[in-house]
Amino acid sequence: MLFLELIAQGLVQGSIYALVALGLTLVYGLLRILHVAHAALFTLGGYLGVMVTNATGSLSLAFVIAMVAAGLTGVAMYRLCYEPMLKQPPFVALIASIGLYIAFEEIFRIVFGASGLSYMAPPLQQQVELFGGLQFKQAELMVMAGTAAIIAVLAYLQTRTRIGVACQATVSDPQMAQSFGIKLQQVRDINFFVGSALAGFAGVWVALLNNLVEPTMGSVPSYKGLAIIVLGGMGSVRGTLMAALVLGVVESFGTIYLGKLLDRNAIAFAFLIVVLMLRPQGLFARS
Amino acid sequence: MEYEISLLTSMCISVLFALSLNLITGFCGQISLGHAAFLGIGAYLSALLCKAGIPFLATLPLAMLLAGCIGVVVGLASLRVRADFLAITTMGVGFLFVGIVRQQDWLGGEMGVSAIPDSGLSKMGFMLLTLALCIATALLCLYIRKSWMGRVFNGVAEDEDTMRVLGIDVPRYKLAAFAIGTALAGLAGGLYAQHLKFIGPDSFGFVESITVLSMVVVGGIGSVTGVAIGAAVLSALPAWFQFIGDYKLLVYGGLLFLMMRFSPGGMAALVTRMIGAAKGGRA
Repeated sequence: MLFLELIAQGLVQGSIYALVALGLTLVYGLLRILHVAHAALFTLGGYLGVMVTNATGSLSLAFVIAMVAAGLTGVAMYRLCYEPMLKQPPFVALIASIGLYIAFEEIFRIVFGASGLSYMAPPLQQQVELFGGLQFKQAELMVMAGTAAIIAVLAYLQTRTRIGVACQATVSDPQMAQSFGIKLQQVRDINFFVGSALAGFAGVWVALLNNLVEPTMGSVPSYKGLAIIVLGGMGSVRGTLMAALVLGVVESFGTIYLGKLLDRNAIAFAFLIVVLMLRPQGLFARS
Repeated sequence: MEYEISLLTSMCISVLFALSLNLITGFCGQISLGHAAFLGIGAYLSALLCKAGIPFLATLPLAMLLAGCIGVVVGLASLRVRADFLAITTMGVGFLFVGIVRQQDWLGGEMGVSAIPDSGLSKMGFMLLTLALCIATALLCLYIRKSWMGRVFNGVAEDEDTMRVLGIDVPRYKLAAFAIGTALAGLAGGLYAQHLKFIGPDSFGFVESITVLSMVVVGGIGSVTGVAIGAAVLSALPAWFQFIGDYKLLVYGGLLFLMMRFSPGGMAALVTRMIGAAKGGRA
């Protein structure tokens, strides 16, 4: 039973990681930038989710507002920060991104206070029993279902619509794509919007799961997100998804069996380092 | 006076630490997001040995040795990955260090190591020692940059593949950069533990790695004088401007971003550009 519970908890955590890491992968695939500041959008989503729900009582409205706001902020980050840096060596954008993230974290702390916000009446908290014994919170089931649904929609958009195909083409060969009349600028904007909206979506879910948002809630998903896109083989959406779920499960087992030796973050990164030593191209990349 | 001496000591330690990262990231182009781990290794070893009764000065070379050896191991691991992968791997090393220290009771666990025995030096003497070590490190860096090894470092930073084609044993030089840089970080760690008399896992986490990276970046990646000035200024800012204290991270983060956005070469490049502009104006 413990075994199944650990897998289930790992998958819940992995779904959150997947939502955050997908945005990072989209950006990495397109621009080759490690977008650390992505996690700020996740935190922003969390704050907006709690505030809108507390003010209006509507969780769906909270999701919409959090996703749109995170999406637009993401596009602004791209235009103001990354676009002017594309011609610089890669570390320039990485360091700028870290700086941006730290600044955002501090702004959240100054604006909303260090102790964080909670839901006045947290929705989706009832326990549900599945498969004769496994206990879930409604929110935990919803986050897994929500992630699966969103990913299905994304996969559909990516392969069946004009803009999706344009995105893929731009990722694999920007110059060729441009010569076929694809507007790079537009594709990048859309990419940042979608990836950032996903981070905002994840933020609201984490706020629901923990019933708390705090300025630093983005740190862990952000660094884990980077680990996940490396594990997934950098820029591959399918690899990222698998890596996120695997990491979630590895962590949930690790905290039980290695908890005396290492803490949760250390387990994740130890796993990352071991994998990279064996497969420098990532867990799910074709070599 | 006591306060000034203490401030000067911590500035010297910051400069030494920043120079050690500059060797790896600035000279050799190997980005490291976990450098504080090596500060931590030096600090923990020195502190624990001091508590075991070994004189402080004797712990410093040991701190350098251990940090350098672990640095080589990390370097060996890093040889398999490049650029962005390396950044994430070194970040992982940082998290791993904090995670291990936090869970080990004999390393003090969450509580850290406190009541580190005195070095036997006066406050002034300790300050002079750090200052001397700091100057020696700066001179070493200047010497390395001019040497054959420094030129290879630069070549590796600029274009690794070309260096390989030229028949240069790139891994050896990368490891050398890691070894020297991490050993110096270990030295800074020994001084750090002795200066503060207390260390804990949180003193060596990701934020500290980023803080030292911002010192290097703001000073000017690769420039010895630039990095020394950048580290000295940034480490003293919160003390000089009390109001910055609460907003220290906002200032660091903002500076990192603004520097990268408007002058990726840091202050060193900014000054060079201004001098160039002034000369150009006259001509």
